[in-house]
Amino acid sequence: MTEFLQATVNGIATGAIYGLLALGFVIIYKSSEVLSFAQSGLMILGAFWVVYFSSVLALNFWLAVLLGVLLSALIGVAIERSMLRPMVGKPAFSVAILTIGLNIALTVIGFDLIGVEIRSLGDPWGIQKVEIGQLVVSQKDVATIVASVIVVGALLAFFRYSRFGLAMRATAIDQETALAQGIPVARVFAVAWAIAAGLATIAGVFLGAGTGVTAAIGVRAIRALPAAVIGGLDSIPGAIVGGLIVGLAEAYTVAYQAEYLGFLGQNFSTAVAYVVMFFVLLVRPYGIFGTREVVRV
Amino acid sequence: MRGRPGLVTAYQRDMAIFPTNTQRVWFAAFALVMALLTFVLSDDLALRGASAAAAAVGAIGLNLVTGWAGQISLGHAFFLGIGAYTAAALGGETGGPLIGLGLEMWIWLPAAGLVAAVAGIVVAPIATRLRGLYLAFVTLGLVFIGEHIFREWDSLTGGIGVGRSAPKPILFGYDLSREGSFLGFTLSAEQQYLLFALVVLLVMGFLAKNLVRGRVGRAFSAIRDRDVAAEIMGINLARHKLIAFAISSFYAGIAGALLWTFVGFIEPRSFSLTLSIVYIAMILIGGAASIMGSIMGAVFITFLPRIVDLLSGYVPFIEDSPTGGFLTVSQVEQILFGLLIVVFLIVEPLGLYGIWIRIRNYWKAWPFSY
Repeated sequence: MTEFLQATVNGIATGAIYGLLALGFVIIYKSSEVLSFAQSGLMILGAFWVVYFSSVLALNFWLAVLLGVLLSALIGVAIERSMLRPMVGKPAFSVAILTIGLNIALTVIGFDLIGVEIRSLGDPWGIQKVEIGQLVVSQKDVATIVASVIVVGALLAFFRYSRFGLAMRATAIDQETALAQGIPVARVFAVAWAIAAGLATIAGVFLGAGTGVTAAIGVRAIRALPAAVIGGLDSIPGAIVGGLIVGLAEAYTVAYQAEYLGFLGQNFSTAVAYVVMFFVLLVRPYGIFGTREVVRV
Repeated sequence: MRGRPGLVTAYQRDMAIFPTNTQRVWFAAFALVMALLTFVLSDDLALRGASAAAAAVGAIGLNLVTGWAGQISLGHAFFLGIGAYTAAALGGETGGPLIGLGLEMWIWLPAAGLVAAVAGIVVAPIATRLRGLYLAFVTLGLVFIGEHIFREWDSLTGGIGVGRSAPKPILFGYDLSREGSFLGFTLSAEQQYLLFALVVLLVMGFLAKNLVRGRVGRAFSAIRDRDVAAEIMGINLARHKLIAFAISSFYAGIAGALLWTFVGFIEPRSFSLTLSIVYIAMILIGGAASIMGSIMGAVFITFLPRIVDLLSGYVPFIEDSPTGGFLTVSQVEQILFGLLIVVFLIVEPLGLYGIWIRIRNYWKAWPFSY
């Protein structure tokens, strides 16, 4: 039982990170109908900025995170303006492939900046643990969950109550109609990319917290894609649910698969997200909360 | 140019592979030059050329399913891997710790294609259920699941970091990987690879060209342009998507088997998402829905490292050594590769083939503007 609870807590913590990345993905997709494969590249770059501000410039950790998020958001806006804007109206596939190309460039630059050694974020949690009953939970996992709840809550409030959030929701429903109503659709695209880049940075901080940032975090970030698909590409709650499903599936695989399904081989946890995605899509072709596409000739 | 090449009076001629005699002559001349080049190219260039030709086979395969049938596949690396490992299992040495049957190339090369095609047929039903971007994600998942299988199936792949050697390319008792003589010329292993890969490319290219100008190919295009409309016109969607995936995977299997035979060694980590993207880049940079474009793209991408190498002598911030400097050659290569995709998509969606067509049309009426 303890093992199960332990795995659940770990799963929720990783799931929260996937959820944040998937959320950025969904926000871009909803507002501009662009499928962005660049999230992992943005995350690596974002994590580097935080490392740079906190350990190279020796700033306070929280200030470093804030500056990192802002800088990432700026980069997100720049990318949208320079590369995605010319592609408005082009087939979704071309744009998706473009973001893959962009991701390659971003990842290489991020790796080059981070270098081969492990870079410390200077976060206050380190590798300390908290004991709750028999459970041993690392502090950074608690911080991850708390921070994710706050960030997601703030975002939902932004979409729900602010004037610009309303504009973004309107754009998500229909771009042309929104434009006709005087909504600055171009600015909505830019803000969507800024939010996504900021979320990616926060996810990168929590992936790198404790153990430190290495070039390897990029590989894990890719698993936010199946998370977004499982939840449904155009559903904000779906992104969170999908993230949690992937996180939990991975944690349970780590805990139990060697014992019960040993024939699947070691490190099956790296592939389990895709297996789950396969089965979810076979049953629900548009993800759990995704909107069914209406097909017209 | 004799006659009026723009004037087509028969459907037969409109659909012909070479509409005019001029094109036939040019193609024959080009093929002859390529064949002659094999005898004089250095080993290094010949090996790259051979890889480019094999990659072109794979790119044609991807173009069939993505360019013509419009089914986005990010899973090409998986099928390349299946081809490479089928070849290794059938053609590998017997009696070793790894699976190997010691068969000849004329068995393992088609078999690599067929096994990959079967895998494609297994995947195809999912493609009939999913549309567009969701399909892209499933094929993306395929790559990661495949990577996991290749990593863990030690008796087939040798496992991570160990790998296994590729099968020996022995064709009817003749070993291509050993220096041999041909019509009185001595040919190195690499030159023989190039010659063989060019023959395979020629055959597979013509087969693909025939496929896409026929009934099945037209059905593919119809599905790509509007699947619902295609279905109303009486095209069986499930069947044609199945055919598209099977044939595409067949090409990928052949390409995978050939490519890793030329390299001589198979590492389980080679078949990653990056490889899939490389192939996507080939057809996008070369030109979607075009056989010539696939070949151009494959050649361009395969020779890209050489081009960057040449550039590194002239551009100050690119360093030749693996460490030091702001960017190393391989990093520039990757960034350039990523940016090339971006630039081609924004500026020239028709790819290299589109550029070629424009140049050709310009000279057609030269010196008049039209």
